[in-house]
Amino acid sequence: MADVIATEIRLDIVTPDHLVAHDSVSGVTLPGKTGYLGILPGHAPLLTELAPGKLTYMRDGLPHGVCVTWGFAEVLPDRVIVLVQTAERAEEIDVERAERAKQRAEDRLKRFADPQIDMERAHEALRRALARLETARHLQG
Amino acid sequence: MATLLDLRRRIRSVKSTQQITRAMKMVAAARLRGAQERIFNARPYANQMQALLQSVTARTEFRAHPLLAERPVEKVLLVLVTADRGLCGAFNTNLTRAAQNYFSEQADKQVSVIAVGRKGRDYLHRRGTPPLSEHVGIFTRLQYKQAQAVAQQIVEAYSTQAVDAVDFLYNEFKSILTQRVRVERYLPIKPLEPAAGEALIDYLYEQPAAELLNSLLPRYVETQVYRALLESQAAELAAKMTAMDTATNNAAEMIDSLTLYMNRVRQAAITREIIEVVSGAAAT
Repeated sequence: MADVIATEIRLDIVTPDHLVAHDSVSGVTLPGKTGYLGILPGHAPLLTELAPGKLTYMRDGLPHGVCVTWGFAEVLPDRVIVLVQTAERAEEIDVERAERAKQRAEDRLKRFADPQIDMERAHEALRRALARLETARHLQG
Repeated sequence: MATLLDLRRRIRSVKSTQQITRAMKMVAAARLRGAQERIFNARPYANQMQALLQSVTARTEFRAHPLLAERPVEKVLLVLVTADRGLCGAFNTNLTRAAQNYFSEQADKQVSVIAVGRKGRDYLHRRGTPPLSEHVGIFTRLQYKQAQAVAQQIVEAYSTQAVDAVDFLYNEFKSILTQRVRVERYLPIKPLEPAAGEALIDYLYEQPAAELLNSLLPRYVETQVYRALLESQAAELAAKMTAMDTATNNAAEMIDSLTLYMNRVRQAAITREIIEVVSGAAAT
């Protein structure tokens, strides 16, 4: 094939409430359910579920971070579509709130004998809080 | 005959009603803009979701999935989406009338109802068929979470085979002047055929397609529910705006005719007084 491989991918991040990103980027890292995936232009078509985590991409040589919770990503050679429940740009993250959420989730998990606590929910809350904190740190570091 | 004072009072009261209806119209207009924007914002997600689902269902044995399985319909679940408040014209009446029709159409089946919105709940209670569950007061701050709650409920009812079909009855936002009552079957999910001429891309899957479908389908239902709620909200605000506009105009008309009448009464009173004075003077 004599196809010219593009050097940029179009990245769309959409949530039920709004369009978070609509950018031309040179590379994306997705928090896949089974681990992080690095996507560069010309990637083979791929479909994956996402786990709460840090989505990063490079635009104009600058790194950007978006914290996503559960969702899907569709990867095409010239396009990445990310469908997620919530997405927050690193600079929008309320670190204090995330810290509190993490604390709360950890406290819950410590009381694992208590039948009133939904362990799975607490786990998920913890994962989300950690994803937020990690994304926020990524911006600073 | 009404006295001058009575008429003045009457006019004052109509005026203050007019002020209220005008304010309500403005509020509805402002909130409608927000609601329309939200419909607009929700569209890309819903479209992408649909495209994704199409491409996944096209290459899996999707019939096997519980949410896609069709079975003979004996028990149906109706989700009745109404407004929380009145003063929005025929918005709620149209819905209750449609619900009535629905009930008589489905008379041979067992119908249970989930009420979204206070008016629908009240209607069901009056009718003597209390809803299975109710979601009341969600429209002032409508969020995706609330759609999720409703969706989870219907998905569970369907997959545990408590019901064989789920229908939605809601008002669709056509334009500011028109709303249309719609009945849509949300479950089982109609298999989506890929658009003709569209080449299917062979994806790499990070996990088995069936598993992907498992988590995709409930989300798809959620977006559908969310869309219905957004539509209903926008339609309600539009109906309210139109109703309040009419009310404001009617009040203006009423004030006009009352003022005219008041002036006539005043004129008559003056004339009478003059006659009294004149005839009094003539008598002496």
